Amino acid sequence: MNIKAQFGMVMNLDKCIGCHTCSVTCNNTWTNRPGAEYMWWNNVETKPGIGYPKEWENQDERKGGWVLKDGELELRAGKRTNKLLNIFYNPDVTPIDDYYEPWTYDYETLIESPEKQHQPVARPKSQLTGDYMEIEWGPNWEDDLAGVHETGWRDPNMRGLEEEVKFQFEQTFMMYLPRICEHCINPPCVASCPSGAIYKRDEDGIVLVDQDACRSWRFCMTGCPYKKVYFNWRTHKAEKCTFCFPRIEVGQPTICSETCVGRLRYIGIVFYDLDKVEEAASVTDEKDLYQAHLDLFLDPHDPKVVEEARKAGYADDWIEAAQRSPIYKLAVEQKIALPLHPEYRTMPMVWYVPPLSPIMDSFGNGVDGIHPQMIFPAIDDMRIPIQYLANLFTAGDTEVIRSVLKKMVVMRSYMRSVQLGRQPDQNLLKQIDMTEETLREMYELAAIAKYSDRY
Amino acid sequence: MNRKVAPLLKKLRYFGQSEKNAPHSEVSPYGRESEKVYRRRWQHDKVVRTTHGVNCTGSCSWKVHVKDGIIAWESQQTDYPSTGPGLPEYEPRGCPRGASFSWYTYSPLRIRYPYVRGALLRMWRDALKRTGEPVAAWKSIVEDPENSKRYKSARGKGGFVRADWEEINQLIAASMIHTIQQYGPDRIFGFSPIPAMSMVSYAGGARFLNLVGGSMLSFYDWYADLPPASPQIWGEQTDVPESSDWFNSGYLLVWGSNLPQTRTPDAHFYVEARYRGTKVVTVSPDYADFVKFADQWLAVQPGMDGALAMAMTHVILKEFYVDQPTDYFTDYVKKFTDLPFLILLKGEGNDFFVADRFLRASDLGMSSQHSEWKTVMWDQRTDRMKVPNGTIGHRWEQDGNWNLHLDDASGEGEIDPALTLLGREDEVVTLKIPHFEPEGKTVLYRGVPVKAIQRNGKTQYITTVFDLLLAKTGVSRGLPGDDPADYDDPKPYTPAWQEKLTGIDRETAAQIAREFAQNAVDSEGRSMIVMGSGINHWYHSDAIYRTILNLVLLTGSQGVNGGGWAHYVGQEKVRPLEGWQTIAMARDWGGPPRLMNGTSFFYFATEQWRYEDQGMGDQVSPLMEQPRYQHGGDYNYLATRLGWLPSYPQFTENPIHFYKKSGAKNDDEAIQYVVDRIKNKELQFAVKNPSHSKNFPRVMFVWRANLIGSSAKGHEYFLKHLLGTHHANMDDPSSDLTTQEIDWGGEAPEGKLDLMIHVDFRMNGTGLYSDLVLPAATWYEKYDLSSTDMHPFVHPFNPAIAPPWESRSDWDFFKKLAHTFSKLAEKHFPEMVKDVVASPLLHDSRDEIAQPYGRVQDWEKDGSEPVPGVNFPRLHVVERDYRKVYDKFIALGPMVKEQIGAKGLGWNAKEEYDRLKELIGRASETEEYRDCPSLYTDRNAAEAILSLSSSTNGSLAMKAWEEAERKTGQKLKDLVEERSEEHITFQEITSQPRQVLSTPVYSGTETGNRRYSPFTTNVERLIPWRTLTGRQQFYLDHELMLEFGEELPTFRAPLRKAAFYKGDRRPDVKRKEIALRYLTPHYKWSYHSTYWDTLPMLTLFRGGPHVWLNNEDAAEVGIADNDWLEMYNRNGVVVARAVVSHRLPRGVVFMYHVQDRYIYVPGSTISKQRGGTFNSPTRIHVKPTQMIGGYAQLSYGFNYYGPTGNQRDEQVMIRRLSEQEVDWLEH
Repeated sequence: MNIKAQFGMVMNLDKCIGCHTCSVTCNNTWTNRPGAEYMWWNNVETKPGIGYPKEWENQDERKGGWVLKDGELELRAGKRTNKLLNIFYNPDVTPIDDYYEPWTYDYETLIESPEKQHQPVARPKSQLTGDYMEIEWGPNWEDDLAGVHETGWRDPNMRGLEEEVKFQFEQTFMMYLPRICEHCINPPCVASCPSGAIYKRDEDGIVLVDQDACRSWRFCMTGCPYKKVYFNWRTHKAEKCTFCFPRIEVGQPTICSETCVGRLRYIGIVFYDLDKVEEAASVTDEKDLYQAHLDLFLDPHDPKVVEEARKAGYADDWIEAAQRSPIYKLAVEQKIALPLHPEYRTMPMVWYVPPLSPIMDSFGNGVDGIHPQMIFPAIDDMRIPIQYLANLFTAGDTEVIRSVLKKMVVMRSYMRSVQLGRQPDQNLLKQIDMTEETLREMYELAAIAKYSDRY
Repeated sequence: MNRKVAPLLKKLRYFGQSEKNAPHSEVSPYGRESEKVYRRRWQHDKVVRTTHGVNCTGSCSWKVHVKDGIIAWESQQTDYPSTGPGLPEYEPRGCPRGASFSWYTYSPLRIRYPYVRGALLRMWRDALKRTGEPVAAWKSIVEDPENSKRYKSARGKGGFVRADWEEINQLIAASMIHTIQQYGPDRIFGFSPIPAMSMVSYAGGARFLNLVGGSMLSFYDWYADLPPASPQIWGEQTDVPESSDWFNSGYLLVWGSNLPQTRTPDAHFYVEARYRGTKVVTVSPDYADFVKFADQWLAVQPGMDGALAMAMTHVILKEFYVDQPTDYFTDYVKKFTDLPFLILLKGEGNDFFVADRFLRASDLGMSSQHSEWKTVMWDQRTDRMKVPNGTIGHRWEQDGNWNLHLDDASGEGEIDPALTLLGREDEVVTLKIPHFEPEGKTVLYRGVPVKAIQRNGKTQYITTVFDLLLAKTGVSRGLPGDDPADYDDPKPYTPAWQEKLTGIDRETAAQIAREFAQNAVDSEGRSMIVMGSGINHWYHSDAIYRTILNLVLLTGSQGVNGGGWAHYVGQEKVRPLEGWQTIAMARDWGGPPRLMNGTSFFYFATEQWRYEDQGMGDQVSPLMEQPRYQHGGDYNYLATRLGWLPSYPQFTENPIHFYKKSGAKNDDEAIQYVVDRIKNKELQFAVKNPSHSKNFPRVMFVWRANLIGSSAKGHEYFLKHLLGTHHANMDDPSSDLTTQEIDWGGEAPEGKLDLMIHVDFRMNGTGLYSDLVLPAATWYEKYDLSSTDMHPFVHPFNPAIAPPWESRSDWDFFKKLAHTFSKLAEKHFPEMVKDVVASPLLHDSRDEIAQPYGRVQDWEKDGSEPVPGVNFPRLHVVERDYRKVYDKFIALGPMVKEQIGAKGLGWNAKEEYDRLKELIGRASETEEYRDCPSLYTDRNAAEAILSLSSSTNGSLAMKAWEEAERKTGQKLKDLVEERSEEHITFQEITSQPRQVLSTPVYSGTETGNRRYSPFTTNVERLIPWRTLTGRQQFYLDHELMLEFGEELPTFRAPLRKAAFYKGDRRPDVKRKEIALRYLTPHYKWSYHSTYWDTLPMLTLFRGGPHVWLNNEDAAEVGIADNDWLEMYNRNGVVVARAVVSHRLPRGVVFMYHVQDRYIYVPGSTISKQRGGTFNSPTRIHVKPTQMIGGYAQLSYGFNYYGPTGNQRDEQVMIRRLSEQEVDWLEH
């Protein structure tokens, strides 16, 4: 056993209100400076949609992540030798226009304009060239499904839904997806860097770019399938989310988490076995990757694990932190958090609880299926297609999604009984393989979510 | 990883030698010095607790990080007092808008220096040189038509030049003194909204203007955020649960309120409540952010919400009152609503009857005090009529019977009111009931059980409000009439009937109603409806609201934690109310202040009344042959002369001249002089002739607001008539609809305002169109206070840095202006002047029982005597010493020692006044008032507000509850005893936000760290509502309510309007255009309704003005996503980009709020000018029922009751604008 501690994050998408406070506080704290204007280390996307940068999930084009070739893991963008051959021209790098051209306005005109025939106006100017420009794309262009009746079909998660879904009013569904660097256990950006300038910190798994060592090759940008490594056009260095290590190191949660006004972010430590990573990332069937990832995590309550952790030099407070880690609870114990695109084989460490959504039939005549005593809507009647969520979080396995949503629905039903002073239906608990105690714990973490329990 | 490599070496090395960690990943060969790059970025020098003074109701406490003396960034505080175990906390509060506010501090939008438009400054300097005296100089400019036209028509066209503060203050003071001399102080206006968002900053300007005799304009009603249904039903401006109380709900119906978007920091309670098993149903025409969280989405047709609510009312009444009566509901409505009260019927040819007014004790010959104000119920215990405690008649007598015990005040014991007369009726008669459909109106004929009584020798019939409500909603009890047979019968108000109007399936509508009620049964009232501007901005918003509020009243959910209405539109809750009112309204020095309702003011000041296209013939009850007046403006004049509404400018003459002119020996004689001259038609109310130059508003201050760019409903009318500059109006003023009483006169005047002063920290649509643009301190640069109805805390603004460049806090700006003004007044007003101030008959004062029975007694028509305070505005003589304005501004006057209070309760603040002198020091800067507490600084003012309010000072809370005990005869002081020693100071709230104390100034209680929910003290402590019956009212019996058919909650559709009418200057458009309903919901990427121009927020969506429309609608006119388009109607033109999405239904267009015209707006091919604001296609219409006054809860209160500036009933045309047609108009 080669035990490693890793910081992870869970975002409960069912709570995300799509407000982007996380993006703004992250941007203010880290990237509102020249060369970094277009970087949103944390961004939020409306799904369905092609996101930021455009079509980042389309790996046929973007060439991010790992693939299995003859049973061996290989970067999709090619081996190191390929890179060296193309070192001065990376054909797969994502151009800035696919992020967006950052702009500002000639605001000062409003105060300084001489008297004219017409009211002065502030027009957009490129932050790259200083010229007037028209705004054609931005970091959140598709907010709340703006233009998605067209772009939506280019969202790879719509795979398999072409027959079922039409982008029309009656069928509208949406969710928000806040994204930061995944701080992967199997990070392709690290493997992509010809300069060895990207490293995964040994003590906590945070993936960082060494600003002194970066040589601007930009292979990391291609290698990352989440497109979460950016290129500072002023300093000519790659930059990315640091998991706010200067805050983490003094016991503060990341800025995106603390300022998350939906209170949907959880941070914690998990232990995993480094020796098993390759094997786990190399399972043949993509649908097995989720379970393989789960199996990497070590039970922090297991005395053997505790002993190994001590041996590996982890202090007692780290071990205790791992034991009360909300990440471990949500991902392993409650199994309601899921990794983003496990099929990229990156073993990402930012996980998501998939969202519930309204039932489909408020337009038609179909209220028959719903019991007047408010049994919550059936999972398959919800507006967000199960397949869509499965394409995001389980490499297409809809059963896992069903089981998570079912747990949440049962929690609501159970708690409603408690709320109204009625006897909860114990059968429901059996169906989701939970006890009253674990369900209560799930409720406390999801609903009450005090600061000290989230981080 | 452990090997150290020198940074220089790293720089020289191009390929790294990484160490394999595992076969799939690698470890860097370098050291980790470069991590310091990010560590340094995070480092900062100090963190300051402050907040944002934005009108969003968030009231979030923030940490502002300062680094090297520069504001670096902000993040949310997480240290609110706990809500306790088992409940989510308020941390963190804040949203992306708040988190990016610091962008403004150093932005190029920042106003750093005082600016004047060059055209005016040149004239001013010339005139000053020529005349040698400021007031004469100003007079010479504004009285020269050519000169004044020159600088007024330059408004909005750039050309600002820097000036210095001295020069500016002299110019303003001169304009004010000239205006006071020439026209009167009531021609000077101040517009600043939402005191709760920064009370001291509001108070700075208000205090100055009130000391001068100027008029503050209301905002809550003008913004159409005020829900008039609230005062109508509860006698309360607005009182709602704090957001954490949503979590206590068992069933949440969220109706037209986009919580994640507009109540961002609170939305988590909504989201989290679901995990507790709360069912969530949303009503929204589009798939909005809040719909994402719902279990069910009712996609209602815009504006048809009242139909859905009436059908739900029908279902609840039928299933839970008639088919299977529910004890919990029945008990509740008997105790806490007017449903058991008796209504007189009016006979019509003896075949049919119509509901009239509440039966009163006086009708029965009972001769107690105020018997015409005491309403009556049928006691089933004694089978007699009884007058219960708690009516408004009891409120204004001193017997301590103003409580909700169902006792007969005469001591005959407990009353058991009959909800219905069925079973004990003398007869069943058929009623004629007014009914409205989108395309017209009809009369419903429905039976009710009645009792016969003898009155004035005649037989008259009475029935209960409950019986009337069943008849109205068509819930059949087998009585004669045309009740619908079942839910599938398309007669009003069945689920089938609503289906064709709302598009919502009938079974779903019935099911949701049933669930909502059943949940209330199961949880004893924890059914809640969150309501928002989606339903509150319509012309008939009050009617819509009343239909929806039926649901919470009938299910006993109001006054229960987790239940009731939760209206969140705008921000009205100043928790430390009395202290703030005292300072802002300068009540410490006397008064009364001139407080004007914004809607009426702007309706007349911008001449929108001349373009009125909504005749009242369409609006009145089908039982009326015709309305009293066809034109809404005439109703406003009626409301003025009867003392219902305030009206400034007041009269056609200067109010400071009356006293002298009259030769009066005392105030009464001066007042009589004014009344006599009005009666003899020698003098007129100014509103009778709003287009006459004598009656123009002359000077206007705007601070903490973007009046022109954001809040100007009818923007183009503002530009044309108020400001006198370019506009894109295509309307035809020579309408068929003219006024009967208001003088139409000749041409509509343009450029009424002489001086527009804008105080702000950033340039915006108001600054661009003002004459003076003055630099204000931002929210991170001053002391102030913040509170909200969303949470129970009070917390501060603190300066993170001193106001940079030449900026000043609002308090300091007005203080220094007051100084200049007072100095200049020494010459022009060497003596005290006596100002005759007219004020309306106010709610919560004895004047609310001035006009009995709600009958319109018009002295102008019926020849009766106008009597101030009865059927005429109250008149006061106020002494003003203009030389002392500054001294009074900075000293807290002694009147608070005697009397302070709110909402009809008064107490003294003697000890608190004396303590304040110790706490904040004395006004040593003054000559005369050196023993008064000093208000020299904004921080002192904040401290005084906290000290003088019952919600923040335990000793005053005790006095307040004591007074409430005296009035009600109920034991109440225990509600605050646990915290009676507390006195919340500014220092304390700087350490941590503090939870307010329970006070009778609000209707709920926080005692025992309980979540605030309104009306819990009414329900639990039997304090009456401040209404006619003392109960929550379904029935409103004022004559005007009957005239408009709104005595009971009723469905009313949006106004019937078109984008253009015959005679309008309709543009010739050759390409395809499409007509759509124009909606302006709250925007996601703006700081509530004011700020949308920061780079981070513009970057996070589309970078400029845009409108949303459905993809199929867009395709019809060839518009693709992000195309430019023109959107227009007779009011004006917008040029914006299209956001096309299937999330919108067909037939509507959304232009989210606040999209002003100074960012990324090209010219319009139609107007040949720059495109307008989101308010360019809008205009307002005034609703007469909201003007009612002098009558119980329908009496006027500032921001409390009055016509709302609704703007939602418009249609627009849209066409594509090709890239070639986009012209930036850079000349």
